[in-house]
Amino acid sequence: MISPESKHLFCVVIYLQPVILHSDLNSFYASVECALRPELRDKPVAVCGSIEARHGIILAKNPLAKCYGIKTGLAVWEARRLCPDLVTVEARHEIYLRYARRVRSIYTRFTPWVEPFGLDEAWLDVTGEDGKTIADRIRRTIYEECGITASIGVADNKIYAKLGSDYKKPDATTVFLGEAIPKVVYKLPVSDLLFCGNAATRRLHSYRIETIGDLARADPIFLHSILGKTGVTLGQYAKGVGLGPVRKFGDEESIKSIGHSTTLPRDITTDEDARAVIALLSDAVGTRLRSHQLCGRTVSLYLRYSDLSHFERQTTLPTPTNLSLEIRDAAFRLLSPMEVVVSRGLGLRSVGVRLSELVPENEEYQLTLTGQPYLREKRITLDRTMDDLRRRFGYLSLRRASMLRDPSLTGLDFSKDAASPPDPHLT
Amino acid sequence: MLNEYDLIKTFVAVTAAYDPDGNLRPLAIHWRDGTTFTVDKVVETRPAASLKVGGCGTLFSCRIRNKITHLFFENGRWFVEEKVPRIAERKDLIV
Repeated sequence: MISPESKHLFCVVIYLQPVILHSDLNSFYASVECALRPELRDKPVAVCGSIEARHGIILAKNPLAKCYGIKTGLAVWEARRLCPDLVTVEARHEIYLRYARRVRSIYTRFTPWVEPFGLDEAWLDVTGEDGKTIADRIRRTIYEECGITASIGVADNKIYAKLGSDYKKPDATTVFLGEAIPKVVYKLPVSDLLFCGNAATRRLHSYRIETIGDLARADPIFLHSILGKTGVTLGQYAKGVGLGPVRKFGDEESIKSIGHSTTLPRDITTDEDARAVIALLSDAVGTRLRSHQLCGRTVSLYLRYSDLSHFERQTTLPTPTNLSLEIRDAAFRLLSPMEVVVSRGLGLRSVGVRLSELVPENEEYQLTLTGQPYLREKRITLDRTMDDLRRRFGYLSLRRASMLRDPSLTGLDFSKDAASPPDPHLT
Repeated sequence: MLNEYDLIKTFVAVTAAYDPDGNLRPLAIHWRDGTTFTVDKVVETRPAASLKVGGCGTLFSCRIRNKITHLFFENGRWFVEEKVPRIAERKDLIV
């Protein structure tokens, strides 16, 4: 028997089932182009990179173009062969960014818990509300205010919400809650799962794990034995567990790596040209690291050849750095295997430099016995001076003399951060 | 009256004012032939896309000479949805 005096010791705990939405703007770049130019709406439209700069691949296509079998990543000439009437539009990233900001401002009217995932996707936490009603209202508002459509998945976790937004396109709301999980989600192919790339899918298929349900029921120890840590993570994802709660809009995820890559206007066949481009990329990476007051310990070099084969190599430095010259020297050391490939007659098509294992710039580190601290101090001063001059007069106001040899290769301006969707880190 | 017409996006010069709260309000539209259309009343202001001529921004539904005109403010420029005759009706285009 509870005495009236002790009533206040008890409270009712109400558990609210999380309501997570995943919103995906359908064929985002192509939709924006069609929203801006209504005369394109009835035509097959594809947005591509600059053909002159050899970035001529399909970045997005509208549903009509999709009917012709046009896929993202296809070369423009291949796409034109599939659909001779295809209207190709060169990508205008600034406009897409403006639309993305506009859509995000719509999301934040409904909830502060908005976590963008690339430019055109976001998770929203609307716990306590009716997920479908809110999703439909968001879709309607996006269409009325931006003229583009979205697909929204509703679930109690981020993974199933993402599956929901992919399930029905375009302009639809899909609810994956309760009975829909065993009836629909568990029957979806495992390749539909977030971060389950081609390699992981092949491996899972070889063990007869075909559906998300198969993966959810698989023993984690077994998954670890076939795919390592990735297997366990994917197993959790299949159960709808992982990725953490939806972050509040504006809460930045800590940066894990900083890199730059570029597809070159022409294939590179000489070591000298490759070094000039790597120097330029290292300079850009160093500048960005310093602007974030970070240093990195692992330098990675990414090379893609004219036959589209590619490889990535990395090296760990004795001390973390954000100095352009140190990054460049480390990347140069990784370059030597390239010479072998170039001698086979292949040219370099794209190059990337990345720094990972990031630590704060002011973190103390162990000096090496063989290092030259005075030289390092000089380089720090040099880089800071360069950053200052570039901040005041523009990124291209100051360049290394070696970069003036071939302006077509080294006249690239990396001062603006490209907004690209996050890479799937589990493949 | 135009029986058959198309709508096109026409950028226009606008006289506008900011109130002390920072709200923008159009006062007059200056047409390309020199005519000035005074905005009698802004009936509605909201973010909107022009589904007819393309683009999105802030829509000002304005009452001008007893008719409602949709005036959009998009990325620092003003545009209206202009009615033009269908190509078949446009004598200037028929050779």
